[in-house]
Amino acid sequence: MSELVLVHLYPREMNIYGDTGNVLVLRRRLEWRGLGVRIVPVNVGEPIPGDADIVLGGGGQDAAQDEIGLDFVSRKADLRARADDGVVFLTICGTYQLLGHEFVTQDGIVIPGTGVLDVTTRGQHERLVGNNYVDTDFGGRLVGYENHSGMTTLGSGARPVGRTEVGRGNNGKDRTEGAMRDNVFGLYLHGPVLAKSPLFADELLRRALHRRGLSTDLEPLDDSYAEQAAAVAVGRPR
Amino acid sequence: MNLLATWLGKTVILALRIVGRRGNALPGRVVEKLFPGFLPRAMARLSEGVVVVTGTNGKTTTTKMISAVLSQQHRVLTNDTGSNFVRGVITATIAASGWNGALPYDVGVFELDEAWAVRFVRLVRPRRSVLLNVMRDQLDRFGEIDVTAQLLAAVATATSAHVVLNRDDERIARLAELTTAHPTWYGVSAELRPSFPNDEELYGGPIAISTKAADVELVTLSTEESPAVRLCIAGDERAVGLRAQGPHNAQNAAATAALALTFGLNADAIVTGLEAVEPAFGRGQSYEVNGRRVVLNLVKNPAGFRQSLRVLDTMPDPFGIVVAINDDYADGRDVSWLWDVQFEGLADRTTRLVTSGTRAADMAVRLQYDGSGVDRIEPDLDTAVTSLIAEAREGDTVVIFSTYTAMWALHALLERIEHVA
Repeated sequence: MSELVLVHLYPREMNIYGDTGNVLVLRRRLEWRGLGVRIVPVNVGEPIPGDADIVLGGGGQDAAQDEIGLDFVSRKADLRARADDGVVFLTICGTYQLLGHEFVTQDGIVIPGTGVLDVTTRGQHERLVGNNYVDTDFGGRLVGYENHSGMTTLGSGARPVGRTEVGRGNNGKDRTEGAMRDNVFGLYLHGPVLAKSPLFADELLRRALHRRGLSTDLEPLDDSYAEQAAAVAVGRPR
Repeated sequence: MNLLATWLGKTVILALRIVGRRGNALPGRVVEKLFPGFLPRAMARLSEGVVVVTGTNGKTTTTKMISAVLSQQHRVLTNDTGSNFVRGVITATIAASGWNGALPYDVGVFELDEAWAVRFVRLVRPRRSVLLNVMRDQLDRFGEIDVTAQLLAAVATATSAHVVLNRDDERIARLAELTTAHPTWYGVSAELRPSFPNDEELYGGPIAISTKAADVELVTLSTEESPAVRLCIAGDERAVGLRAQGPHNAQNAAATAALALTFGLNADAIVTGLEAVEPAFGRGQSYEVNGRRVVLNLVKNPAGFRQSLRVLDTMPDPFGIVVAINDDYADGRDVSWLWDVQFEGLADRTTRLVTSGTRAADMAVRLQYDGSGVDRIEPDLDTAVTSLIAEAREGDTVVIFSTYTAMWALHALLERIEHVA
């Protein structure tokens, strides 16, 4: 079966700022090329299917994250095993934070994470908001919209996805944006990020196809609208 | 003191007019700063008190409808400029006052956005409030939806006599328990409920039909064949010919009727009032340009956009559709909300699909991923609209969906070219 399985984590709760669009972008980019795709929504308490190729998660309301946080942490061993096994993860904002070791709220409450990524996050009052982009050597330019008050710091086991020139990135201090290891990516770029980052979208697909031993030759698509939209967003920092 | 404040405010309004500016905020700001007691004192003189209209979607149209319906029996002071913050109310009050400080009105009907409504009710306790819905708006501006619900809770709590509540929005319905004011309920019929999803339902939750009886219920929507909607007003079912297009405006009419009941108006007066209401700025307004019809629809957030798209169900497929997306502060700087609207089949409904505004390309990408390829991207609003009108034949319709600041530009354009022969 040459069908990729896309797992959409908590589609109802973790879907803020259009992050669900990342699922649609990957799905269409497979369909347009005649490749098979199956979307599996995974809600609280539901298992992630064993044959998951790509796991996607978005940002959410703070209130929803209590329940989500508990459910997420209960998947710790499972998520780490999959990450070690090369499963592709694209997590944005809230789910990116939950992939880290912990989230310390403004009031000093420690919410444990899963430690899939070697990062920790602290809440603060100020929100980092605006159009943002980072250039990568593996997936072209990533363009999105950041909007978060969690400040994320990377440990030695994670690499930043890129350096931000105009935006605030992980913490507004060290110019890094996002974190990665193996095929696991965490980002603060909403938008949804894949809409204006087609090279990165295809890179995720290639990594998933490669892991399954399938051909990574992807037919080129017409991404002129996305390129135009990316150029406009890059020209409009907040 | 209020006389002095009125004079000062009126002088600022006059001064602005002399220099050719139409300022909604400045006169109010000056008076707010120098005479903080002005607004409460002025509002205390209204014999029927104040009605606050708030919620994510429908504020402007509902305020306009309420004003029209109540004006049959009362002198209504309203901020119909769409300037929905406290300063706008102060400016409207000053403009409506005489130089002798008299305020010849019985009731104030004010549209306030959620955050400003809270500040307003701290100054002025409203006798009535109309709480419409809580939907995801431009979240980069307001924070998160549960925070918005808390803002509305503060308004409900501060209301002294009547709260008009949307039965079908759980976040609104819950507010009845928080207030000592008497609830009056409006809603849509069970058959129509799937067409009016609340925020939970919009994001995949099951449709939850409320068991609460509604004082006013929207029974059926308009169709091409029968253009009137049907409202059941306190048990009395009536056909109502609304001039504003779209199902969301029919829902706003239900809210209006419920509020009117708290003033003791009967169904006859309510229907007469509703039928007289012209569409509010960009809320289903229709223009005739050189024999072509152009319909303007404001879109601000996913729920509102979805509702606006349903305008297309009530008319023959238009010749062209323009989707104009700007990203200024008033539009919301973040355009990711476009991905929370479904556009499948939009291209099938029309001959030409054009995206416009500063984020025209973003909109084109969005449509591309929903399989509705656009015919062209034309960021310039004037060009996008005038070129489509030029391509259309006489009798054709062009429908425009537009964010707030783009709407201002389009409104100015259409006012200029309307009725050209």
